Amino acid sequence: MYARLSPLNAHDRELSRFRFRIAFAAVIVVLAFLVLLARFFDLQVLRHEYYSTRAEDNRISLVPIIPNRGIIVDRNGTVMARNYSAFTLEITPAKVDDLEAMIEGLGKVVDIQPKDRKRFRKLLEESKTFESLPIRTRLTEEEVARFAANRYRFPGVEVKARLFRQYPLGAVASHALGYISRINKRDMEMIEENEQETNYKGTDHIGKTGIEQKYEFALHGETGYEQVEIDAGGRAIRRLSRSAPVQGKDLTLTLDTKLQDIAEKVFGDRRGALVAIEPSTGGILALVSNPTFDPNLFVDGIRSDDWDLLNNSPEKPLLNRALNGAYPPGSTFKPFMALAALETGKRTPGQAISDPGFFNFGGHQFRDDKKGGHGSVDMYKSIVHSCDTYYYMLANDMGIDAIARFMGQLGFGQKTGVDIEGESEGVLPSPEWKMRRFKRPEQQKWFAGETISIGIGQGYNAYTPIQLAQAMATVANNGVMFRPHLVKYITDSRTGEKTMIEPEPLRLLHWKQQNIDVIKRAMIGVNTSGTAAKAFAGAGYVSGGKTGTAQVFSLKGGDYKATRLKKELRDHALFVAFAPADKPTIALAVLVENGGFGAQSAAPIARMVFDYYLLGKLPKGVAQEDDTEDD
Amino acid sequence: MLQDFMRRLRWRLVAHIDLPLLLIVLAIMATGLATVYSATYDTNNRLLAQSMNMLIGLGTMWTVAQLPPQKLMRFGLPLYVVGVILLLLVFAFGIRVKGATRWLSLGFTRIQPSELLKIAAPLMLAWYFHQHEALLKFRHYVIACLLLLLPFALIAKQPDLGTAILVGAAGFYVIFFAGLPWQVIVGLATAGGVAAPFVWTMLHDYQRKRILTLIDPTSDPLGAGYHIIQSTIAMGSGGSFGKGWLDGTQTHLEFIPERHTDFIFAVFSEEQGLLGNAFLVCLYFLLIGRGLMIAANASTLFARLMAGSITLSLFTYVFVNMGMVSGILPVVGVPLPFVSYGGTALVTLSIGIGILMSIQTHRMLVRK
Repeated sequence: MYARLSPLNAHDRELSRFRFRIAFAAVIVVLAFLVLLARFFDLQVLRHEYYSTRAEDNRISLVPIIPNRGIIVDRNGTVMARNYSAFTLEITPAKVDDLEAMIEGLGKVVDIQPKDRKRFRKLLEESKTFESLPIRTRLTEEEVARFAANRYRFPGVEVKARLFRQYPLGAVASHALGYISRINKRDMEMIEENEQETNYKGTDHIGKTGIEQKYEFALHGETGYEQVEIDAGGRAIRRLSRSAPVQGKDLTLTLDTKLQDIAEKVFGDRRGALVAIEPSTGGILALVSNPTFDPNLFVDGIRSDDWDLLNNSPEKPLLNRALNGAYPPGSTFKPFMALAALETGKRTPGQAISDPGFFNFGGHQFRDDKKGGHGSVDMYKSIVHSCDTYYYMLANDMGIDAIARFMGQLGFGQKTGVDIEGESEGVLPSPEWKMRRFKRPEQQKWFAGETISIGIGQGYNAYTPIQLAQAMATVANNGVMFRPHLVKYITDSRTGEKTMIEPEPLRLLHWKQQNIDVIKRAMIGVNTSGTAAKAFAGAGYVSGGKTGTAQVFSLKGGDYKATRLKKELRDHALFVAFAPADKPTIALAVLVENGGFGAQSAAPIARMVFDYYLLGKLPKGVAQEDDTEDD
Repeated sequence: MLQDFMRRLRWRLVAHIDLPLLLIVLAIMATGLATVYSATYDTNNRLLAQSMNMLIGLGTMWTVAQLPPQKLMRFGLPLYVVGVILLLLVFAFGIRVKGATRWLSLGFTRIQPSELLKIAAPLMLAWYFHQHEALLKFRHYVIACLLLLLPFALIAKQPDLGTAILVGAAGFYVIFFAGLPWQVIVGLATAGGVAAPFVWTMLHDYQRKRILTLIDPTSDPLGAGYHIIQSTIAMGSGGSFGKGWLDGTQTHLEFIPERHTDFIFAVFSEEQGLLGNAFLVCLYFLLIGRGLMIAANASTLFARLMAGSITLSLFTYVFVNMGMVSGILPVVGVPLPFVSYGGTALVTLSIGIGILMSIQTHRMLVRK
C-alpha cells in the first residue's frame, strides 16, 4: 500500500498520523490529571474533616522498646560489661520554646553542671527534632522526687528510666573489650548496609571498638515495639499492642581478667603489649596494650577535655598495640628460623658453625652482639645465647623465598583473624612484598644482602604482638595452629542455649616432633641457663622462652649505649615464652616499647604472668585484689 | 569587536535554550526546593545538597541541548548495548541491597545501570525506527518490542518495578508514536487483562502485598499499608488551603515515610492543600503541553519519537507518583520530577528536558 504512494505523501501521512496520536496522548494526559484532581478533591475537601480528625486527635505511633544489651563476662564469670538502670532527665527540644530559659529553670531543681550543658548542646546539633535528649544522667532519688514535684513547670521535660552500659573493671582489658558510644553517621551507614535500620530504631548506642563492636549485632538484641495512640502534642494516650524486645546475647570471653589485671599492673607506666594465648584452643587469656583508657568515659558521650587528653597523648593510649603495632621481632624470631632450618633440611641440630663475631656478605660486615663471637655454635647454643652470626648464615643459606614461605605458614605478616576489627597485617618481607610495596623499579628489586638481617628478626620484618603470640602458641602446641579469639561462647539469654566459638584448628603444620622438641629444649635452655635465666631463676615450673631486642633506629657504626639515648630512641624489648614446658597451657609474646634489652624488661613481665597463671602467685608490689575494687 | 564577541557569546549561551521549558522547569524546581527544605530541615537538612543537584541538572540540561538531534541519535545503539551489558553484569555480579540486586560495584563507587536505560531505551528505539523510516513493516514493531522487552525484563527481575515501568513506558511511547497499529494496542491490552492472573502469580510477595494493601490499606496498618494510610491522612488533613509551609504535622511528627524522596508530594500536599496541588498539576500540565508541542513540530521522525516519548515519560512519573501518594496506585519507587530529593533522577530528567530543547532549537536553526 505504501509502495504506491509517493515518498512525500507517505511523509505527510505519517506526520498527520503522528499528530493525531499526539492529540490522543494529550487527551489521555488531561483525563489522567482530572482523575488525580478528583482524587485530591475527594481527600482534601469531601473527606477533609475525617482526615483532619485522624491527623489531629489520634495518631498511631510505633514506639520502639530498646532491648537490653547482652552482658560480657570473662572465663571465670567476672562481669566486664553490664547495664544498670538509672534515671535521666530528658528534654524534647521541639516542645520547648526557650531552651536556655528552660535549662536555667531546671538548674534550680536539679544539679546541672556546665559540662552537662556542653554535652547537651553537642547532642542537640546531631539530633532529630522529636528525639528527647538527656540533659542530666544518673539522677539521685532525691532529684527525681524534686523534679516530680515541679514537673508542671517544665513541659517537654521528662524523667526516664534508661539502661546504661557500665564497665565495672574500668580500664582493665579496655583494648579487648572496647566500648559503646552514641551512634553517628558512619554507624548509621553500617546499620543500613546490614539492613538493621528497623532493629536500631530507638537505639542510640553502638559498639565502637573491640568486642563491643565485633559482636554488636549479637549483643544488641531485637527491638520490640509498642503501638500507641498519641495526641497532637505527641503524648501517648493508650497502648494498643506490644511486641516484646528480645534481649541481646551474653558473651563469655576466654580472657582471665585477674591475669589481665596483673599483666597490666606489671607494665606500670611502660608502653607496650602482651598477648597470652591458651595454645590448645587459641583462646586469648590476656590482651594487654599499655597504656589503657577507661571505656566508661565514652558511654555518655566523651567530654572534650577527656577526649583531647586521650587522643593527643604522645603515649597513644587509644592505640591497640597488640593488634595494630607492627614491630621487628628481633631475636624472638630465631626459634622460628631454627625450626624452619630443621624442617627444610638446611641444618641439623648438631651442625656447628664457628662464629668470629661477624658475617661478611657482599662487602658489608654484619656484626654479632658479642665482640669476638661465640666460638663454636650449634643450634641449641644459637638460641640459648642468641648468636646472630648463626642466623646471618642460616638466612643466607635458606634464601628469602624459603623463609617467607615458612613464616607465612606460621601466620606472620597476615591478619590472625582475631575477633576485633581493624587488625594490622604487619610485614612479611619477600621479593613479592617488595614489588608491591615500592613504586620505583630500582627499589622493587630484592637484594640478597637484605635477606641476612631478616634472619635475626630485623630488616623489613614487622609483626604485631598477636602474630608473635600466635606463632609461639603454635610451636608450643606442636604445630596445631588456632585462630586467636576472645569470645569463648555466646549465650542466648532467652533459651540459655550456648554457641561455642569452635576451637577448630586453623591449620595443621606437619612438623616432625623431634624438630619441635629441639626448639623447645633450646627455649627451655634460654630460661634456665641462657639470656632469660636471671628472670626465671627459682621458678616453680619449667618454661621455655626467647628474648629479643629490636632496633628502633640503626646506629651507624656506633656502639649502643642505652643510657645515652633518649627514651624514644631506645630499642624495643621483646620476649616470647610458653609454660609449662611439657604440656603448655599458656604461650605469650611481650613487647616493651623502648624497653632496651628483652632480658631486662620484657622477660620479667612474662615471669610474673606465668607465676600468677600457673601458681597463683602475685607479683611483689601488686596488692591482693579486694572485691570492692571491682565496683 | 568586544561587543561583537559578547553578543556572540550570549547567543552561544542561550541559542539552544527553550525559554518556556526552562521557566516551567525552574518554577517546579523552586517548588521542589521549598518542599525538600520543609521535609528535611528538622532532621537532616538537604537544601544545599538538592540545590547542588539542581545546578548539576541544569548544567546537564544545557550541555545536552547543545547537541543536535542527529548527533544524539548516534548515541542510541551504543548506549543501549552498554546499558544492557551492564544490566547483565548486575544480574551476574550485582550487589544485593534490601532484597534487590540493582547496583554494580566499580570498586570506588556503585552505579545503578537501570537508570541509564530510561534514556537509552527510547533513544535506541527512536534510532531504530528512524533507520527504517517510510518502510516500516509489522516486523519492525515486533523487533522493537523485543528490543524493549530485554532491558525491561532484566530490570523487573532485579526486582525494581518502578524503574521497569518507567523504562517500559518510555520505550512503549516510542513504539506507539511510530505507529503501532491500534488493533495491536487493543489486542495487547485485552491479552494483558487476560494474563493478569498469571502475572499475579509471578509477582514478588512484597509487590502483591502492595497491591492488596491498595485495595484495603487497613489490612496491614504497620507494614505495607502504613505509607498509604499516612500519606492520605497528610493529604486529607491538608484541606483546601493546606496547613502552611513548614507547618505540616504529619510531616514534622515524622509520620510520612520517605518524605523527602518518593513521598514528598504528601508533604507538599499537606502544607499547600488542594490549591497548591492544582498549581503544581498545572505546572506539570504546562511542561507536558510544551513537550507535546515540540513533538508535533519536530522535523524528523527521530526527533518526533524522542520528544513524544520523553514528554509522556514525564507524565508517567507525575501520574504514578501522585497516584501512589494519594492512594490510587500501588506503591512503586517513582520520584516526583524536579521535586523529589535525589541527584540521579534529577540528572536523568534534565537530560530528557535537554533533548527536548535540542529538538526544538535545532529545528528552528535549520529552518533559518
